[in-house]
Amino acid sequence: MLSANFTARSPLWAIPVMTAASMTNLLSLIARDRSDAAFRRLFEEYGPRVRSFMLRQGVDADVADDLTQETLTIVWQKAALYSPEKGAASTWIFTIARNLRIDRIRQQRPWQELTDQFASSIPSDMPLPDVQLDEQQRETRVRAVLAELPADQLEAVRLAFMDGLPHSEIAEKLGLPLGTVKSRIRLAYNKLRSALEDLR
Amino acid sequence: MSAHIRHHPDPATLLSYAAGALAEPLAAVVAGHVSMCSRCREEVRDLEVLGGVMMMAGRPDDRIASISSPRRHDSGKERPAFAAPSAERLPAPIAAAYGLSFDTISWRRLGPGVWHHRLALSHGARGDLRLLKISAGRAMPDHGHGGEELTLVLDGAYADQTGEYRAGDIQDVNEDIEHTPVADRGMGCICLIASEQPARFKGWIGRLFQPFTGM
Ligand SMILES: [Zn+2]
Repeated sequence: MLSANFTARSPLWAIPVMTAASMTNLLSLIARDRSDAAFRRLFEEYGPRVRSFMLRQGVDADVADDLTQETLTIVWQKAALYSPEKGAASTWIFTIARNLRIDRIRQQRPWQELTDQFASSIPSDMPLPDVQLDEQQRETRVRAVLAELPADQLEAVRLAFMDGLPHSEIAEKLGLPLGTVKSRIRLAYNKLRSALEDLR
Repeated sequence: MSAHIRHHPDPATLLSYAAGALAEPLAAVVAGHVSMCSRCREEVRDLEVLGGVMMMAGRPDDRIASISSPRRHDSGKERPAFAAPSAERLPAPIAAAYGLSFDTISWRRLGPGVWHHRLALSHGARGDLRLLKISAGRAMPDHGHGGEELTLVLDGAYADQTGEYRAGDIQDVNEDIEHTPVADRGMGCICLIASEQPARFKGWIGRLFQPFTGM
């Protein structure tokens, strides 16, 4: 269903896979009725992405399957706590997958904050429309920044986020001095920062 | 608290932290800073949006063997969530992870006017993470910069050629910087230091400790 969207010509981040609003509705549906159908829908939407994210860390397919299952199970269990004013669903799911990857694959303690910033004490039924709009804006702008990023900066950022490589290993992989890698990442970061400044 | 913070992590360090690509001891120090610094907390949040977008833009891999119902698959251990930043001087994430409070740190003397407390790392991690206490006016032990290194001031202050660092400030040291930090003359300094590599203390103070600590 989704694969129809992917063509060689269009950059993937130019296409919103599922609108923030419909994702939020899916999460509230999960929180409310916990049906198998809703979980299956969540899995269809995120499973393949989470799986390839796990595989980028260099694990076997069955480990990637387990971690994908675990990521989405956490989403399932915490769906009632998710509140859209804390961030987009894909951001939330990314942080869960990221921390699991650090914990299970790298056998390290994930120091990054997880649910606190996304969980509100009062489960919200429906998001306030303007807040949701803000989060949608944020994602749209991030996509725009990525689409405009020079290839060398994008590559460095992608190796950090998707492959989980530290600066030193990015430098090694690209055959570049450490300083060059860091300055490419800084340049990309500055573009992101200025694109989002007024949403603060 | 954030209002006083003048030194933040290098943007490249913050990005790697959000990406989950930072070595464990460095991530611990950034987590400490982020818990004290609202500006960096916002930045990490924005970088995580980038992470979500990148993850969703990745080539989907739908060869998943099976989907099982989550009810039969209850998640295993879960780490405790970080407490809100408290008035205590030890950053909440560090206090929570190590069950430490500022008054219960068991300091080991490293040399004249210098104490340390080593913090254990996970079994898959490498590098060095420790608390360091330096009495007023003393120089910090200069440790070799093999790779990246971060220092977070928890109490008191220190100064070096690059400026003054107070509680909440982080110093992101590049390999090529030679510096000799000196603890504040009135207050001394307590900080959290991390390096990607096992620390190799050097300089006179380092030579003094080397035989005793195996560093
Ligand atoms: Zn900061």
